[in-house]
Amino acid sequence: MKSSVIVFPGSNCDRDIAIALEKLQFKNSMVWHKETELPKSDLIVLPGGFSYGDYLRSGAIAAKSNILSEVVDAGKKGALVLGICNGFQILIECGLLKGALLRNSGLKFISKDIFVKVISNKNKFFNKYQSEEVLKLNIAHNEGNYFTNKEHLKELEDNDLIPIKYCNEKGEIDSNSNPNGSINNIAGIFNNNKNILGMMPHPERMSDKLLSSEDGLPLFLSLIN
Amino acid sequence: MSVTNDQIKLHGLKLEEYKKIKDLLGRESNLLELGIFSAMWNEHCSYKSSRIHLKKLPTKNEIVIQGPGENAGVIDIGDDDAIVFKIESHNHPSFIEPYQGAATGVGGILRDVFTMGARPIALMNSIHFGSPENSKTQNLLNGVVSGIGGYGNSVGIPTVGGEIKFNSTYNENILVNAMAIGHANKNKIFYSKAKGINKSVVYVGSKTGRDGIHGATMASAEFDENSDEKKPTVQVGDPFTEKLLLEACLELMKDNSIISIQDMGAAGLTSSSVEMASKGKLGIELDLNKVPCREKNMTPYEMMLSESQERMLLILEDDKEKEAKKIFDKWDLDFVVIGKTTDTNRLILNYDNKKVADIPIKALADKAPVYDRSWSKSKPIKNKVKVKDLKKIKIEDALIKILSSPNHSNKNWITDQYDQIVMCDTIQKSGGDSAVIRIHKKDKAIAVSVDSSANYCKADPKVGGKQIVCENWRNLISVGAKPLAITNCLNFGNPEKKEVMGEFVECLEGIKEACEFLNYPIVSGNVSFYNETNSKSIYPTPVIGGVGVIENLKKVIDINTKKTGNLILIIGKTIGHLDQSAFLQENFSIFDGPPPEINLTNEKNNGLAVLKLIKDNLVQSAHDISSGGILVSLAEMSMFSGLGLKIFKPKKLTNHIEYFFGEDQGRYLIEISPNNKSKVENILKKNNVFFDHVAEVQNDTFEIEKVLNLKIKDLHFYNNQWYKKYNGIN
Amino acid sequence: MKFEVTVTLKKDVLDPQGKVVSQTLKNIGIKNLTQVRQGKYFEIDVDEKDSSKAIDQVKEMCEKLLVNQIIEDFKIKKAG
Repeated sequence: MKSSVIVFPGSNCDRDIAIALEKLQFKNSMVWHKETELPKSDLIVLPGGFSYGDYLRSGAIAAKSNILSEVVDAGKKGALVLGICNGFQILIECGLLKGALLRNSGLKFISKDIFVKVISNKNKFFNKYQSEEVLKLNIAHNEGNYFTNKEHLKELEDNDLIPIKYCNEKGEIDSNSNPNGSINNIAGIFNNNKNILGMMPHPERMSDKLLSSEDGLPLFLSLIN
Repeated sequence: MSVTNDQIKLHGLKLEEYKKIKDLLGRESNLLELGIFSAMWNEHCSYKSSRIHLKKLPTKNEIVIQGPGENAGVIDIGDDDAIVFKIESHNHPSFIEPYQGAATGVGGILRDVFTMGARPIALMNSIHFGSPENSKTQNLLNGVVSGIGGYGNSVGIPTVGGEIKFNSTYNENILVNAMAIGHANKNKIFYSKAKGINKSVVYVGSKTGRDGIHGATMASAEFDENSDEKKPTVQVGDPFTEKLLLEACLELMKDNSIISIQDMGAAGLTSSSVEMASKGKLGIELDLNKVPCREKNMTPYEMMLSESQERMLLILEDDKEKEAKKIFDKWDLDFVVIGKTTDTNRLILNYDNKKVADIPIKALADKAPVYDRSWSKSKPIKNKVKVKDLKKIKIEDALIKILSSPNHSNKNWITDQYDQIVMCDTIQKSGGDSAVIRIHKKDKAIAVSVDSSANYCKADPKVGGKQIVCENWRNLISVGAKPLAITNCLNFGNPEKKEVMGEFVECLEGIKEACEFLNYPIVSGNVSFYNETNSKSIYPTPVIGGVGVIENLKKVIDINTKKTGNLILIIGKTIGHLDQSAFLQENFSIFDGPPPEINLTNEKNNGLAVLKLIKDNLVQSAHDISSGGILVSLAEMSMFSGLGLKIFKPKKLTNHIEYFFGEDQGRYLIEISPNNKSKVENILKKNNVFFDHVAEVQNDTFEIEKVLNLKIKDLHFYNNQWYKKYNGIN
Repeated sequence: MKFEVTVTLKKDVLDPQGKVVSQTLKNIGIKNLTQVRQGKYFEIDVDEKDSSKAIDQVKEMCEKLLVNQIIEDFKIKKAG
């Protein structure tokens, strides 16, 4: 498997995701945002961080960079695209995913371990997880409060386009287990073809037993087959 | 045109200091030169009040690669790995604009570390606020915390811990001390010393604006009612540019093009160029028309004294400009040759084809005034407090009171605003005794802890000084680290006052004694004087940041109790010292009496014994005993793990309050398996270490028979109560 | 009575956001651009008929909360 991690000025989880991918034998290249061509790859990752300092709106400026038009083309043609945290924000700003990521409901940056429940594993990213499995992942963001209109929300729910939702340790999905106010506790969404995934939690941060759990690894393993 | 007496005073210089300037120049100075002198000669840059005392501190040993005097200290942690670290204050700017003050404090300390060729791997902080009830506290606290997080999170360096304390002594003078820790190859450390004549002096990073003109002077003056007028000098931080500058500098450092590099911190272009030239015993000549400016019509005075952030000065090898510029272009940063090194030993500034300043480098750097300020011996409190109703208080109530007090309550609501995990090497985040960070892709880690004990230092500066070093040492031992070296941030009041200077001198004596005894050198630091408002000085608050090494990742210990049936041993002797304790402060509002004594021999012996037990795989969790005594430390272990404890009553001490809440020093709690009991006891006996059995791990009840019985969830409830009330969360 | 309040960074204060936005606009082909400075805008409705009193109230809001006077300036304009 070949992967490309796009590096924007201000990206800061690019190294972390590269390490997780390389651990699973992905042949990974780091692609600088000023490049105009994408290397041939099976997976394109938009990493977390503060591209362009989160200035104007998180992800807005990265969405205008050279390489992004290539990413958009590839995504529309069916390439696997994963946006984590700031990467999710960029996917929304460039129109590959619908909705908006608003300021956290608590109005503060949140960085902590949280739980998500696998709602749907019938897709390329979550097939190595059990359905309803509870995962411990880490979040770190200021704008992760997912919002969308009623029609789109129904579309997401009806078509299995919400792979993970925030929950508590026992897997209960309620307002107490919602860290940022996301509508319906949404932690990540797909596009209609399920080849483009945006998620706020960081799976790469849960890829090393010594640090915490390895709950993030099956996501990358799912992509291998 | 010569300068007026008013201008001299406005620059914070004394008239006799100006006379010295005239002598050094052999003429009157112009306004630009006066500005440059004032920036170099103020307390912040020249250490004029502290220098003669700082010289006495131990700064060298076999692992020190670079001690004080550079941008940061450097120590050897084996293989080719070096750790670069420093702590610095940003107290005055943070009081005026808490968000930007704290943010730029973090930015500045990060630059100090990556200037030396290290990739920053962790941030820590020590922040002190006035009483929570003080009307200013909440805004200052929220602003500072957001500023620290806003900057560190954005640059992508984990903020892994620190300390947050409240005390009315900081009502009008908060403390914001930030520490950065970086990792470098020990054969590729970069220094500020210039070498060679006619080498290009290059300006990189952000453009120069009118930010913080005379910020460095502000940090050396006490506040009064007119402080508002000094407000516009606060700088705005740009973490995005910092991240670019960090990556660009580290990229350039991969080859051999840099001769010398210096961050433009306090007093910006002035101090960086003078520092480089002075260390290299060279001169430097700058063409100020080349300085990248953000605003129109900036004067040479503004350019030289601007404290715009995220800028660096480099001296490059010949013929390396082109390649170097390519790197900075890639990161969209300015890269401009603004001058060259010379053999004149003078700082010469040209503007519009005219020489606008000409000063001997020595006059600025070496000839800065040094004061042996008079100081008076402190009068340490010797009399112990007698509390009438001591025994009337219930142990359970006292524990709850402490756990739910601002200073002892859970601080996750603060640390959850810091990204503690980015870079994916954080093994232990805040909340335990030390943060533990893995050396990237290696099987070893460093431990870091930041500590202070202002109450102890106020009651007895010398004992307090010793105590913080020891507590810091203990915190590193408790996670299984071998303590190596420290950085210190010395926050004091007005040094022109005898008593304040006395506190400073005696705290340093204590620090020195402990550091020497423990072979724990000081490799970097910063002094912050004039933490005083309307003639009221803060308590003496030296802050110690210590770094230790854990050679094997399998031997990292945390404070989580692991298994029911395990035993908790106490290491070190309990006498029951209640004066200056959290118990008396929280339950009786008594802040009197002497601090607990430090016995350095026992301290070292106990610590090394604990380390040995950890190395022998005999310890499952550990925690040092500090503020709050045995009972609070046990409760902290329980809250972390969710496992309860059956706590034994003391066999010898009849006063249970003194036993459970006394703050005797040099003590640890360790969890061991009952199977290893005799093995552990033999090692401790052999090393003449006092120990006792204090508790046994059990399921979810925290209890002392017939005295106290609480569920772990109750402990959590009380521990989380204060911040919820404070922030109006139900 | 309705007011429009514009909050801008003081003249010489660094505006990291404005700097990045301006650079990006240039990158995407916008010409003749010299500078972008970012600010905030508030619409405020005050239940007060006396306009000088109302302005004083809005001013108070600015000074006490809306504006960080250490780094920001503000302008109040009566709407409509």
